[in-house]
Amino acid sequence: MLKDITLGQYFPGKSPVHLLDPRTKLIMLVVYIVALFLAVSWISYAVMFAFLVIAIAVSRIPLKSIVKGMKPLVFILVFTGILNIFFTTGEKELVSFWGIHIYWEGIVRAFFMMIRILMLITGTFLLTYTTSPIALTDGLESLLGPLKVLRLPVHELAMMMCIALRFIPTLIEETDKIMSAQKARGADFESGNLLERVKALVPILVPLFISAFRRADELATAMECRCYHGGDGRTKMKLLRYKGRDYGTYGLGILLLAGVIVLRSFGL
Amino acid sequence: MAPILQVKNLQHIYSVGTPFEHVALNDVSFSVERGEFIGIIGHTGSGKSTLMQHLNGLLKPTSGTIELDGKSIWADKKTTRQARFRVGLVFQYPEYQLFEETVYKDIAFGPKNMKLPADEIDRRVREAAGFVGLSEEQLEVSPFDLSGGQKRRVAIAGVIAMEPEILILDEPTAGLDPEGREEILKNINDYRKAKNATIMMVSHSMSDVARMADRLLVMSGARLMMDGTPDEVFTHARELLDMGLDIPEITHVFMKLRQMGLPVEPVYTVEQAVSQLVRLKGGNVHA
Repeated sequence: MLKDITLGQYFPGKSPVHLLDPRTKLIMLVVYIVALFLAVSWISYAVMFAFLVIAIAVSRIPLKSIVKGMKPLVFILVFTGILNIFFTTGEKELVSFWGIHIYWEGIVRAFFMMIRILMLITGTFLLTYTTSPIALTDGLESLLGPLKVLRLPVHELAMMMCIALRFIPTLIEETDKIMSAQKARGADFESGNLLERVKALVPILVPLFISAFRRADELATAMECRCYHGGDGRTKMKLLRYKGRDYGTYGLGILLLAGVIVLRSFGL
Repeated sequence: MAPILQVKNLQHIYSVGTPFEHVALNDVSFSVERGEFIGIIGHTGSGKSTLMQHLNGLLKPTSGTIELDGKSIWADKKTTRQARFRVGLVFQYPEYQLFEETVYKDIAFGPKNMKLPADEIDRRVREAAGFVGLSEEQLEVSPFDLSGGQKRRVAIAGVIAMEPEILILDEPTAGLDPEGREEILKNINDYRKAKNATIMMVSHSMSDVARMADRLLVMSGARLMMDGTPDEVFTHARELLDMGLDIPEITHVFMKLRQMGLPVEPVYTVEQAVSQLVRLKGGNVHA
């Protein structure tokens, strides 16, 4: 069923990771990604990996759901791996056939690349799994706040993101319903060649788009009825405030980044 | 006569083996005779919609069987597909599924999927449009230019055009004005009479089902709680109210009258109420 897909879905919880300020988590993700790209050796990767494992353990997100979320990315992972194996040149040649040479360096590189992507995605999942969409947009809005000076409509962007996230489950449910209804009229989505299958999507897409526009219209009216007119002068009920655990997390982040940089300067 | 549809020990569990596991149907059994008009009542989440989606093979039961003319609809792929056409299912707010450029094409979607010849499709589309009271000119307009009530009728015609032996409707009158409701109910009855079709209708309007149905199925908490004529079901007014269901307004009125000491019998349609009142009045005049 469509309902079973999890892509950055929020898992409600009360773990220390859940309770962190969304800004902390966003910045930590950036720090983590930078550190990941600075890491060059087995040791620094091991450090990064340990950091990630501890973070997952603390967040109490079941490993199963993280693995499940990885499934759609298997293709990208395999693709990256193969590309690196075949197109990296080095000194230790392992095999060569039909003019293709595979080097030991290529395999090592492919392995690192795949691990890097895997850890990067897992880190991102950790953010979206432990942060509700509303908190996430709140955090983003606050972090991007300074860009208002450059006339970037930060509040509007955050609101758009918030609404988009909010409507994903609604639209999935709607798609399910429309699919059932068209199936009841004998629509067949499972057989036929590619062209026929694409054609079979029309009876789903048209009603789905119409209903999305209808919902957008209704939402706009409802927002106007409550005098929404963008971010100017709008105050927040729940202000974001850093707490002790946020400073602690920032400290850890700095330590991690510094550690990876030091290791790198030693060529590790 | 053998029943057209037989449901035996039907059970359905959503998301088996996950924390979201949820029993939607529990040991539901009943049979349906050809030509019957069955009303299905039950509050939200009682399993009505899940039940309906089993009857034409959209959902596969966790356990139990559904037999159409004595043959399980899950016997093989062809039978399952056939069940989709023999049991027509009209969802709630069906107007949100319209997608074609013209009303004609939208109604023809079902028959086309049945791979019928062109002239047969044409006949069915025109006949179905006739059942729901759409005019010839309306067949050529875009369904999105019609009013809400008309869209609903186009959507119902889209299912009727498949000429299902069993027509199942989920709250076909939800959100319509009284006039629109009456017309839709009349359309459904016309189809039933013309094709000797079996109708199963889910409704929250107790007066509607009391008036239209020969038989009522009452669902509550994933189980089939009652199965009987409206007469039989509405004598259990107390139980119905305890299940969070309503009873027809006129039944309410007469229960009150009885409490006030008037010698009236329980009723569930306006016609019965009138005859009771006439009897009462007549009695008083002669006394």
